Amino acid sequence: MSDTYLAPARTARGLWSDARHRLHGNRVVLAATGVIVLIALVALLGPAFSPYADDSLDWQHLAVPPQLEASHWLGTDRLGRDLFVRTLHGVRISLLISLLASAVSLVIGVTWGSVAGYIGGRTDDWMMRFVDVLYSLPYLFIVIILTTVFARGSLTVLLIAIGAVGWLTTARIVRGQTLALKRREFIEAARATGVGTPGIIARHIVPNLIGPVAVYATLTIPQMITFESFLSFLGLGVQEPLASLGSLINDGAQEMQSAPWMLLVPAGFLVTLLVCFNLVGDGLRDALDPRDR
Amino acid sequence: MKSPLLLAYALRRVVGMIPTLFLIVSASFFIVRLAPGGPFDQEQALPPQIRANLDKLYGLDRPLGVQYLHYLQGLAHGDFGPSFKLRDFSVGELIAQGLPLSLSLGCAAILLAVLAGVPLGIAAALRRNTLTDYGITALVVFGIALPSFVTGPLFALVFGLYLRWLPVAGWEEGTPRYLVLPVLTLALPVIAYIARITRGSLLEVLRANYVRTARARGLGEMRVLWRHALRPALLPVVSYLGPATAFVITGSLVVETVFGLPGTGRYLVQGAINRDYTLVMGMITVYGVLTLFLNLIADLIYGWLDPTVRHE
Repeated sequence: MSDTYLAPARTARGLWSDARHRLHGNRVVLAATGVIVLIALVALLGPAFSPYADDSLDWQHLAVPPQLEASHWLGTDRLGRDLFVRTLHGVRISLLISLLASAVSLVIGVTWGSVAGYIGGRTDDWMMRFVDVLYSLPYLFIVIILTTVFARGSLTVLLIAIGAVGWLTTARIVRGQTLALKRREFIEAARATGVGTPGIIARHIVPNLIGPVAVYATLTIPQMITFESFLSFLGLGVQEPLASLGSLINDGAQEMQSAPWMLLVPAGFLVTLLVCFNLVGDGLRDALDPRDR
Repeated sequence: MKSPLLLAYALRRVVGMIPTLFLIVSASFFIVRLAPGGPFDQEQALPPQIRANLDKLYGLDRPLGVQYLHYLQGLAHGDFGPSFKLRDFSVGELIAQGLPLSLSLGCAAILLAVLAGVPLGIAAALRRNTLTDYGITALVVFGIALPSFVTGPLFALVFGLYLRWLPVAGWEEGTPRYLVLPVLTLALPVIAYIARITRGSLLEVLRANYVRTARARGLGEMRVLWRHALRPALLPVVSYLGPATAFVITGSLVVETVFGLPGTGRYLVQGAINRDYTLVMGMITVYGVLTLFLNLIADLIYGWLDPTVRHE
């Protein structure tokens, strides 16, 4: 990554400092990051400022539209549950699951890709063939099989199901990077001093992969949010009384004729989050893309 | 490219699909069967005698290996077995009922995506850094970011409930009006991706040396575009068609659920919710075959467009 000799005309500015430089100038990315942080903060702290809990029923106010002066700022649903609190709880769950699922897929992907890339040969062939086969299936099949089969509504199963399909691209990227790394002198030096294969992978390969992998991880988060909401929307993900953005949108879609705010409120949050994450991801990718300078 | 070579290549690819397909079928069978819980688990437990009879009727009392062989044997004869939950139907009948609608939905969406996405991408590339480009780029960002389970209900709300231009949901045989919103919902993200890919690759091609040469020879901008730049620029779009079909298949689950269309996607979702083993396995097999074949077709088109690909 620090092959500065490739660009001798410039002062010794590596890919990363160059990327950071370009990222700082990018107002869109900064603004989008700000919005994401803001939503996360509101989701964490907001429910505390409302007198309602996410599952408390208010029989006096069934399906009231949003009003700023009333205590239900964003209205209520058919059972009188406060939509502001419920949506923010949904944002929490969606963010939590997507962050953890990204972590799961990262761990599997980095392990798989670095082992395949470093060991090489037939092991590499078989491991990557397996990835190819999984790739050729729409990811949803795997998730649907897993959720058909295991206890529905369990957040752990949901996490594993989503994480299990997210690692494929990470594995490919990591393998590619590993192939480039393993020919470098410091790896050879480590081998010459008698470090074993697991030691080299853990101590020398993986630490050098962190940069590109971290960037790719920010690109995975919106995908994971989409997966999670998608499953919850279909009724295969988070179950009542818990809510995620997907299940709230599903509820809202059922009621949109008489209570369109039930659809618009959670959809608004989801759309904002996804657009912002995508803008950040695109910005990062552009900043790191060495072409187009 | 010589066509016998192409045919041999296609045949070899089809043969190569068999292990993958076998893997899909076996994996779905064993994961589904080894899991706790079954299709006859209800809140109120069935009397043991009835339960035993049901298990016997569906062959669930036999050893797993025997069930597996039986299932494979059935599949080889095109028999997907009976549906566990929709009692009067076999899975094959459900597939035959739903597939035509799902296929026309998917094909229409892909067609629309190519017909809209490619011109948008070309327009954005030719008018780079103008208002047109920024407008299309904004559309692309939203199109990619918004999942179909958000756009679907929103389209239904705006065009169905408020403007009353189109039906909100439902399906009547022979009335394409009902397909307009579903196809639009399904195609939107694919339009966005295709527009983005076309813009990027066309910009790259327009910087290539042979394009500069063509311009230097005095060819007009339009002629350069049509005769020289467009074909190589569309190659990445064609290789995206494989993933795009997988994307559309996934999306059709949502779209059929949102718009209440009786296609295979809705059966798959319902089967998953009801733990209808045979239905889920059958649908996954069908979708697996579809995905593999559509990827093959995309690869063949790619080879036809790109003279450097050799099918040896």
